[in-house]
Amino acid sequence: MAQQTILQKLEILADAAKYDASCASSGTAKKNSLGGKGIGSTEGMGICHAYAPDGRCISLLKILLTNHCVFDCHYCVNRKSSNVARARFTPQEVVDLTLAFYRRNYIEGLFLSSGIVKNSNHTMEQIVEVARILREEHDFRGYIHLKTIPEADAEIVHQAGLYADRVSINVELPTDSGLTRLAPDKDARQIEGAMGKVKADLAEAKDAHKRFKHAPRFAPAGQSTQMIVGADAATDADIVGKASRLYDNFRLRRVYYSAFSPIPDASAVLPLKRPPLIREHRLYQSDWLMRFYGYKPAEVMQATEADGNLPLDIDPKLAWALKFREQFPVDVNRSTKEQLLRVPGLGVKAVGKILASRRHRALRLDDVALLTQSITKVRPFICTVDWRPVMLTDRADLRSLLAPKAEQLELFAA
Amino acid sequence: MTALQHVKLGTYYVVHLPEPDDFDFWRERARSLVQCDVPPDRIAWVEPSGSGDLFAHGERRMPVPPMDARPVRANRRFVSLAKNAILHSDPERFALLYRLLWRLQSNPRMMEDKADLDVRRVEELDKNVRRDSHKMHAFVRFRLVESPNDSGGEEAGEHYVAWFEPEHHILRANAGFFMRRFSNMRWSILTPRGSLHWDGETMAEGPPAERHDAPGGDPMEDLWRTYYASIFNPARLKIGAMLKEMPKKYWKNMPEASLIPDLIAGAQGREASMVEKGKSVFSGEFEERPDTLAAIDKAIHACRKCPIGALDNTAVMGEGPQDAALMIVGEQPGDNEDLAGRPFVGPAGQLLDVHLEKAGIDRRAAYLTNAVKHFKYVQRGKRRLHQNPGAKEIDICRWWIESERAIVQPKLVLAMGASAARGLLGKTVSISKVRGTPIPLEDGSELWVTAHPSYLLRLEGPAREEQARLFDADLAAVKARLAELAG
Ligand code: SF4
Repeated sequence: MAQQTILQKLEILADAAKYDASCASSGTAKKNSLGGKGIGSTEGMGICHAYAPDGRCISLLKILLTNHCVFDCHYCVNRKSSNVARARFTPQEVVDLTLAFYRRNYIEGLFLSSGIVKNSNHTMEQIVEVARILREEHDFRGYIHLKTIPEADAEIVHQAGLYADRVSINVELPTDSGLTRLAPDKDARQIEGAMGKVKADLAEAKDAHKRFKHAPRFAPAGQSTQMIVGADAATDADIVGKASRLYDNFRLRRVYYSAFSPIPDASAVLPLKRPPLIREHRLYQSDWLMRFYGYKPAEVMQATEADGNLPLDIDPKLAWALKFREQFPVDVNRSTKEQLLRVPGLGVKAVGKILASRRHRALRLDDVALLTQSITKVRPFICTVDWRPVMLTDRADLRSLLAPKAEQLELFAA
Repeated sequence: MTALQHVKLGTYYVVHLPEPDDFDFWRERARSLVQCDVPPDRIAWVEPSGSGDLFAHGERRMPVPPMDARPVRANRRFVSLAKNAILHSDPERFALLYRLLWRLQSNPRMMEDKADLDVRRVEELDKNVRRDSHKMHAFVRFRLVESPNDSGGEEAGEHYVAWFEPEHHILRANAGFFMRRFSNMRWSILTPRGSLHWDGETMAEGPPAERHDAPGGDPMEDLWRTYYASIFNPARLKIGAMLKEMPKKYWKNMPEASLIPDLIAGAQGREASMVEKGKSVFSGEFEERPDTLAAIDKAIHACRKCPIGALDNTAVMGEGPQDAALMIVGEQPGDNEDLAGRPFVGPAGQLLDVHLEKAGIDRRAAYLTNAVKHFKYVQRGKRRLHQNPGAKEIDICRWWIESERAIVQPKLVLAMGASAARGLLGKTVSISKVRGTPIPLEDGSELWVTAHPSYLLRLEGPAREEQARLFDADLAAVKARLAELAG
């Protein structure tokens, strides 16, 4: 085969990485390059340096080291039996590309993943080597996210955590049976075992850091995972249940959902049609409800419909409120923060503003309108000194009154 | 800006600010004006290049607060908001902040009242400025220029220059961010409102610049554009979401933005071709599973989803009762089967018959089929030489064996050979490792794996005897298990 240029390799290996949903570069330890030899900083908040026409943020150089793979997972465009063009970067090439992009302020750092070449340990070593060169030889202090290979030795995975801001291990599919069917080379127990090990490493490093100022940091932005939605028959209730177990068991920072997307050269066991992107969005919304709004996983599941899936036309918070109308209206001048957070259309910020402002005045509907994005959405569920929604919460057509027009559905940022 | 003028005209004061972003100066003046009890509507705040002509008569010093003046109160929330809001380009900002400071003296908790119009306005200014700063952190694009006095040291001589057009007076406030990030790099950021220059040790401020002062391109931009185009998934077009976060006004200084119109225009085509490429293994009829064996039979004869189907051959359908408890799966039809149009009629099939009979399994009660429906061969003169199907071909053909299983619903599936096992499991297993133990399948049936009889045909002597014994043992176990399942 003729020698590929860096440009050709980049084209192939970025293309192969585009199905991965995670890109965030936030939540890590603050660091900067003052007093060092290199470049790079992280100041807590991640920065999106560009947005692609698919609405997704580009924060990191997200590429594969190689898309050659000895595994044969059916949902994956890089699986062994797939016919796609293959390419392979050397660790040094990835390092050079990362630094060149970083110096020009295109990116916050690197998100490196890889197909499995030779074997898991070899692959993991190569991934770690990229991070090592960046950190040790170039004193690079930007963000590094490494995807770890569950089958690799724990010791190598541990090394990854010492260089990286974040490590992630994909659970791939929401159910074990889906995994068995679609990723025959992977093993659910092994994946969760690897997550458990990372969790233990994180806890240990945190503890050491409390006692010794100079204890080495271990993935300060924690660990995350991704699962593919819509490639198997798992319902949203299954998925939410799985996500909440993962959050609990492994203290994950994030669970990413990636709507299964038609991939070139798809395997015959996959559905050809993609699931609507809105489904992925609804899952992220339910994730928010659990992380920031105090909903229990069981409550999110209550918002699903008979088929176990969240409704697509309305958001899960509204779906829950419509099912539990007896909890409303909520009095904005008297109710607790927890109750206010249940009101469809009131975000965490708006609730904060309401709580602060009501110490100064008895809030009227107009006041609330000033503090929220859309009063129409909120009105049926609250009362103020001058407003009480008579009967509205009992109206059978409330759902259709509140559901956004169909064409608005796709206008969200994942 | 030279001397600062504080002019009192009648009862009006005019405050000239030395810089549009000079918070400390504003704070100084505001504090003494509050202490002198000057109400907001008596002060005009004038920034450089702003017009102060309205009150340009006479001059008076700023009022001096009395010795016993009360200290001015401002809570932390106010100070942090004011520091940032003052960077906004709205000429009203100084007056707004003064009005708030004035009102805070009588109502110290006013900042919490988010429904107050002044509070809302200053929060809005703060938000706009924060957004502009954030976009500057994100959208500044450095370009490499050679240093004129480059002494040959590679990175030491490098100088990076960016052109950026902020909306507000945020340049100076964000110098620290770029300094902390690019400490060991020589860089300049040029804007219409001023410029910053960092040489690795000190920060220098320079005059406003124009776009042509900055370099026009960088060799890395081709790679960056390639990355940008490749990481975009055309199956997920969401233009509104992109525009919300990356408004068009920033595009002209971002090298990748020139690609956007074409990426959008080509997205549908690219998605269609992604699906199309995926379809080269499926086709319309694959979306719905055929629901009768006859329909499968018909469909496989038309199937060209893998290259085998394009050879000169005929698909061979499985045969046997539709309610068979046992399904036996071989690899693919051979020469004889292809000609006869029936499975297991060649030498391997005959050997299978012998062993089945020995094990007491009635061939006619079983459903016999193959993992791959067409005969794969290479032509050698007049002979067609058997070839093993590839993993990919087996995976593609798996659709059909699954369709047959869905209709026949056998209790037990016996896969003969690694290809057959792959056709049922989707992965390659080692026969020696899995034979003799059932593998549960999702539909509740179980899979047994054994060698393919053609393997026995290729062996001779003791090796063949050994393998025949193992084969018989597998068949006997299957027979026993079938009886159990029927039980
Ligand atoms: S071998 Fe299978 S997949 Fe290939 S053309 Fe024949 S029936 Fe279709």
